Amino acid sequence: MTRPANAITRYTTLNRVNHWINAGLFILLVLSGLSMFHPILFFLSGLFGGGQWARAAHPWFGVLLVISWIGMIIQFWRANLPSKDDIAWSKEIVHVITNDDEHVPPIGRNNSGQKLVFWSMTLLIPVLFVTGLLIWEVYFGEATSIPVQRAAVLIHSLAAICAILVWVVHVYAAIWIRDSVRSMTQGYVTPGWAWHHHRKWFYQLAASRRVSKTTPRKNP
Amino acid sequence: MSDMQSQDYVRRSATTMTPPKARSHEDQVAKLIDVSRCIGCKACQSACMEWNNLRPEIGHFEGSYENPMDLGPSVWTLMKFAEYENEQGNLEWLIRKDGCMHCEDPGCLKACPAPGAIVQYANGIVDFISDKCIGCGYCVKGCPFDIPRISKTDHKSYKCTLCSDRVAVGLEPACVKACPTGAIMFGSKTDMTNWAGERIEDLKSRGFAKAGLYDPPEVGGTHVMYVLHHADKPSLYSGLPDKPRISPVVELWKGIIKPLAVIGIAMAAVGAFFHWTTIGPNEVTEADEAEADRVLREKEEEST
Ligand code: SF4
Ligand code: SF4
Ligand code: SF4
Repeated sequence: MTRPANAITRYTTLNRVNHWINAGLFILLVLSGLSMFHPILFFLSGLFGGGQWARAAHPWFGVLLVISWIGMIIQFWRANLPSKDDIAWSKEIVHVITNDDEHVPPIGRNNSGQKLVFWSMTLLIPVLFVTGLLIWEVYFGEATSIPVQRAAVLIHSLAAICAILVWVVHVYAAIWIRDSVRSMTQGYVTPGWAWHHHRKWFYQLAASRRVSKTTPRKNP
Repeated sequence: MSDMQSQDYVRRSATTMTPPKARSHEDQVAKLIDVSRCIGCKACQSACMEWNNLRPEIGHFEGSYENPMDLGPSVWTLMKFAEYENEQGNLEWLIRKDGCMHCEDPGCLKACPAPGAIVQYANGIVDFISDKCIGCGYCVKGCPFDIPRISKTDHKSYKCTLCSDRVAVGLEPACVKACPTGAIMFGSKTDMTNWAGERIEDLKSRGFAKAGLYDPPEVGGTHVMYVLHHADKPSLYSGLPDKPRISPVVELWKGIIKPLAVIGIAMAAVGAFFHWTTIGPNEVTEADEAEADRVLREKEEEST
């Protein structure tokens, strides 16, 4: 689909490239990690060439994800700072979930759900990284005592489960709110989309004349 | 180490189905290590290397009779030397042959994520099936006795096999065969327990009032047992755990969280699917676009 003349850029090329590197690594981590978590999912290790390979690759995916996530933090922390609107929006969460948008207060560039996804991951990824290092048998197997490793593996699995749940919410929300996926694949949304879902953001853009009805913007 | 089809599994790591049980009416075996008869000659340590073709790297003298200083991927049994001053002020040299205890309820097996990498045979022996091992080191966290060691060269976990290959063909373990004082015995668990009883009586008559058998019930008993002069204080023997048990952290991780998490994640996905099919997608309408357009026109007019 070609980009309409009045499209609003929601995610820059850098935003999108970073996001999809992140997404790819996260999926690799989930698949290899789950294969070592529950026997009914051990078959997933076959995707990596067997258990030994899944075990060997998993921590390296993790290291790359940390680097990629730092990029995400740099690009998105500002848009995810909490604001007064979050409280009002969260109170109407039932209306949000039931698509009853009449009763959902207007919000800025990101809603509280999106902010929650961002900050949960920003908290969970470092926890996963540190506990992951402690149980990285090849390099850190002898670095800490066995009781420390036991605690680390427990925290690592709990944090991973939380991260997967957050990720399920994130993926489903992207499917549920139509055309969100396009904003992350092609970078733009329509004015109607911005008006419908992020009205305050839309007004900001309109006020600063960063979006115009008549002159089409160049694809960034 | 080996995958012996002549011995049946009663437990198998990372397996949701019970292994077939029809042929598992086998005698439970046990190795009995009588610490009071051990002279610390390390014949067993050498025999273990010999039989299993283990050649640990030659290390350095560390100022102790213990050599090497720790178990390793090629050190499956190790004589540990402890000097203990008893109540009378006399020195007691407590020498213990360390190695896998072959727990009836093995923590290593509980923690292992690779199907069939750790098995327990019907006779009670706990064995690592190396070609299935993925080298994650979870067994290290599961074991209450700090036994398994992961090789840095092949990334596999190793420990004493209780000579499962020898036992399968009716031989006694190599270390048992090599012991010159009869401090290591091997047989059915019942026989070994009875024999230990006699030894303990003898020790008691010689002034070791607290002599006893180490067969810790917290792990369901073990298939390697010790006769100790001070059975009330196992930790005197180079840190033999007083009350070995699978760590509650491991139980939580492998017992509760493992199934709950998989159910939780599946429920989240199913929940999302039914949200889609009941409430459905949130779409932008023509009216939204028209509304947005109106606002934009207004703004443009304002600014011109
Ligand atoms: S002593 Fe450790 S390695 Fe041996 S069977 Fe028990 S838990 Fe497993
Ligand atoms: S390292 Fe231990 S826990 Fe991991 S697969 Fe090998 S035997 Fe199982
Ligand atoms: S039973 Fe076999 S493998 Fe175990 S310590 Fe004795 S000789 Fe070594």
